[in-house]
Amino acid sequence: MRKYWPGGAVFPRGATPRGATPRDPPDPGGEPSPPDPPDPPAPPCSLLRTSKLVKVYRADGVTVEAVRGVDIELGIGEFVAIMGPSGSGKSTLLHVLGGLEPATSGEIWLRGQRVDRLSTAGWAVLRRQHIGFVFQFFNLLSNMTVADNVELPALLAGATPRQARKRREELLAELGIAAKAGAAPARLSGGEQQRVALARALANEPSVLLADEPTGNLDSSNTRDVLRLLRRAHDRGQAILMVTHDARVASLADRVINLFDGMVADDAKIGPISRGMNGVGDVLELRG
Amino acid sequence: MRLPLLALLAKEPAHGYELKLALEQTFGQAYPSPNIGQIYVTLKRLEQDGLVRSEDVEQTTRPNKRVYELTPAGRQALRAWVGEPSDGPRIRDEFFMKLILAPMAGLADRMELMNIQRRHYLGIMRNLTELQADVDRADTPARLLIEGAILHLQADLDWLERCQEELV
Repeated sequence: MRKYWPGGAVFPRGATPRGATPRDPPDPGGEPSPPDPPDPPAPPCSLLRTSKLVKVYRADGVTVEAVRGVDIELGIGEFVAIMGPSGSGKSTLLHVLGGLEPATSGEIWLRGQRVDRLSTAGWAVLRRQHIGFVFQFFNLLSNMTVADNVELPALLAGATPRQARKRREELLAELGIAAKAGAAPARLSGGEQQRVALARALANEPSVLLADEPTGNLDSSNTRDVLRLLRRAHDRGQAILMVTHDARVASLADRVINLFDGMVADDAKIGPISRGMNGVGDVLELRG
Repeated sequence: MRLPLLALLAKEPAHGYELKLALEQTFGQAYPSPNIGQIYVTLKRLEQDGLVRSEDVEQTTRPNKRVYELTPAGRQALRAWVGEPSDGPRIRDEFFMKLILAPMAGLADRMELMNIQRRHYLGIMRNLTELQADVDRADTPARLLIEGAILHLQADLDWLERCQEELV
């Protein structure tokens, strides 16, 4: 794998490991847990890490290597964007990291625990507790109200109805859609539905938010709102790993990983450029 | 700033300071606050070129002020400027030259060049998104200017991706 400029410091300011112990408490889900892997624990501060991750699709004798040996790392509280051309493996990588599809080979470590060998049920429990997912097309449950959509993950994770309702009320208020709590998702605009999806993803205070083109289906004003909400979540310490084509969204990240042909082509910190800008007037200069 | 001044004078005669205020009011934050000295120098040159003329207007309590108005030649120049299409995007930009030429000379790897350029564009994008968050929503010219810059930059990044697909 070619990797240029392996970035700078990977970890965010002042982060303390929230759960970087080598062994987590057993899943409360009750399904058989996989045999304990003998692997050494992941380095401290690393929230999510992959090693030589590979995903190959085989269908009708055709083999597609979508992810070809990816090593990436997400620090506690870090916001990382994944960019790259269509077909570079971005969405596949995100789905494998969230356990929506099994890895072909390689390792995935989350909070110091090796998770790539988990069963489907094991992944379900892990997602409930530690992973929030936001998709391009919202994926809300259409036969439930907005409120129920947001409360469901908390209830599934064992919260009392009262706790779930309280958390839902906080989230909807914060995302500016409290008035829509009783509505069916189909009644909402795309931007509102994505905010509900975001509320649902954040309901269990996940260790990491995985977002797949969250603004891909939104107009520019709704994109701006979702951006603001992501930035606010990140400011509060939410770790985010997001696939995006939208450079506005990517520019908010601490780091941008560029995938090309299933491999990491670039992994670098980004930030405002040094010559800076003092005001809107400088935009003319910048583009001139 | 020659033509913006002519455009303002096409509305009504004005003196230098009034022009400064009019620029600020019209463009909000979208135009760098114009330097009054620069406005006077520009007006003087426009007058030398016959595009504006001026006369001193007496003021009782202050020194005289010089009021400028558009000449027929100035109006013609303004019409020509307004009527012609403005320059399009930079097709053969500097980065493209580097991207094609440097690998030929063995000076750099294309992927490396594209990575450097992408990071730079994303850095500028960060500046623009921060600026966008700061700008007053009522300042329409400023909002549109930033949005235009963002769209251009997004296109530059999309194009970079195309280069990556074709050249690497």
